[in-house]
Amino acid sequence: MSTGYETAPRRRGLLGGLYDSIADLGAAVLGAIDTFFDMAWFVWRTLIWLTTRLPRRETLFGNMYQIGVLSLPVVALTGTFIGMVLAVQSYTQFREFGMETQLGGVINRSMFRELGPVLAATMLAGRVGSAMAAELGTMRVTEQIDALSSMGANPIQYLVVPRFLSCLLLIPSLTIMAVFMGVMGGLIYSVFILDIDMHHYVANGKLFTENWDLFYGVVKSVFFGATIGLVSCYRGFHCEPGAEGVGNAATSAFVQSFVVIIVLDLVLSIVLDKIYTVIWPQSQMAMSLAG
Amino acid sequence: MVAAEPIIDIHDLHVRFGRQQVLRDISLSVPRGQTLAIIGESGCGKTVLLKSIIGLVRPQQGFVEFDGKRIDRFSEQELAQQRTRFGFVFQNAALFDSMSIAENILFPLRQHKPAQRKEHEQAMLSCLAEVGLPTSVLSKRPAELSGGMRKRVGVARALVMNPEVVLYDEPTTGLDPIVSDVINELMMHTREHFGVTSIIVTHDMKTARKVADRVIMLYPRTRLEGDEPQVLYDGAPAQLDVADDQRVTQFVRGEAGDRLMEMRSAKAEG
Repeated sequence: MSTGYETAPRRRGLLGGLYDSIADLGAAVLGAIDTFFDMAWFVWRTLIWLTTRLPRRETLFGNMYQIGVLSLPVVALTGTFIGMVLAVQSYTQFREFGMETQLGGVINRSMFRELGPVLAATMLAGRVGSAMAAELGTMRVTEQIDALSSMGANPIQYLVVPRFLSCLLLIPSLTIMAVFMGVMGGLIYSVFILDIDMHHYVANGKLFTENWDLFYGVVKSVFFGATIGLVSCYRGFHCEPGAEGVGNAATSAFVQSFVVIIVLDLVLSIVLDKIYTVIWPQSQMAMSLAG
Repeated sequence: MVAAEPIIDIHDLHVRFGRQQVLRDISLSVPRGQTLAIIGESGCGKTVLLKSIIGLVRPQQGFVEFDGKRIDRFSEQELAQQRTRFGFVFQNAALFDSMSIAENILFPLRQHKPAQRKEHEQAMLSCLAEVGLPTSVLSKRPAELSGGMRKRVGVARALVMNPEVVLYDEPTTGLDPIVSDVINELMMHTREHFGVTSIIVTHDMKTARKVADRVIMLYPRTRLEGDEPQVLYDGAPAQLDVADDQRVTQFVRGEAGDRLMEMRSAKAEG
């Protein structure tokens, strides 16, 4: 008679160790495939519930407040300092060539297309994503999610859809805020600290950025927002028991969101540049992209 | 005497988590109006069995019939609708931290009867009175209440939809003897006044003897040999002490026997 649950015994000896290692590798691969399909099913169910029944106004607004309003100060502060750091880093090199008035173009374009969306998303994956995973994880561990189901409520509809919608709608808005603050931070540092002529700085800033750049950043941020919402909720829903489980859910929500954001950033950059060259084939940028 | 028709029928249930077989070949029938206590040591699958009844755990084999219909054949919406006929009292009450006590109790009503807002408050106050809590708790958060009060709020929330079946998961665990007996009285009162069918998962023999009409004892699957049945006892609480199976009497009397030695040797084997 044995105690505890049935598990396969570990084998002894060199061959036994090898056998166990192969078995562990196989189990890890199967686990990864299982997680992938499980996550795909989770995303599918979220999208189905999103189109079937919208969340109640008070639930949605509560989440929007948590995700959007409370993130505003930190996103604004980060954006401002990133703009200033860009000015500090680029100034020395631009000055060598006597092109310091071009700083406006570089800072604005970097903020609009890349740093604004990615840094805002990273910041929010840390602040919002981890908090959502920890909250849902605690609900899982304390059986609150089971309690929702037992009362005939659907946890995906009640917990995931409002968080997903809030991320989808508010992360782009926060990105615009981060971009604006970054542009202002770069301008203030360049003009008032580095003593660059404001007229030329602003003129170059306008010359090198266009509406497409803003659209470029916002499109990215929509995907990043959806990623943060879905990955964080999934990690929270699949939290292991105990305090360590909740901690791991919060950490993995951030790490996985960040990895997906970086991969998406590359893919979206390529796709959006292709779209640009198709829509405006005669533009200077399209011609430089075409080589 | 004609036996009452079964409201819950469990057929050949097998539940496994990964390589861990938790339930194997469980079959039982619960007549309408009966109070059934499920006892057994930790890890034997009592809570899993309770959650399988309401579809929170999906079995690998076998099925549960509720009121003559298989719950595994319900669509998501149908299952949600059927769950309104159940009340579930969780081990630690599982109240929603972010809501007040009033919002917790009203939750199922708002979810399923949003149009009848005027009747909600009446139903909430009536349930609160049933469990003997003052209205002053309504504005509080779950964290501000004691364990016994949270449990009673859990019972109020389970009763607010007038369920036909109430499932209790270790309702007296972690409570002092007086509050435990209050919960026992509450379960008996619920049955007498609302005529509900109750299934109680418990370690507490006092609860099982006082509240239940019938007791079943589950044994951990991994401690059984071969095809030995996992249900060691199924009968009246009064007969527990004179059960034929020594493992039942050992559990009922709370005697460790040679269990500590077994655990030590199992750990040493690794």
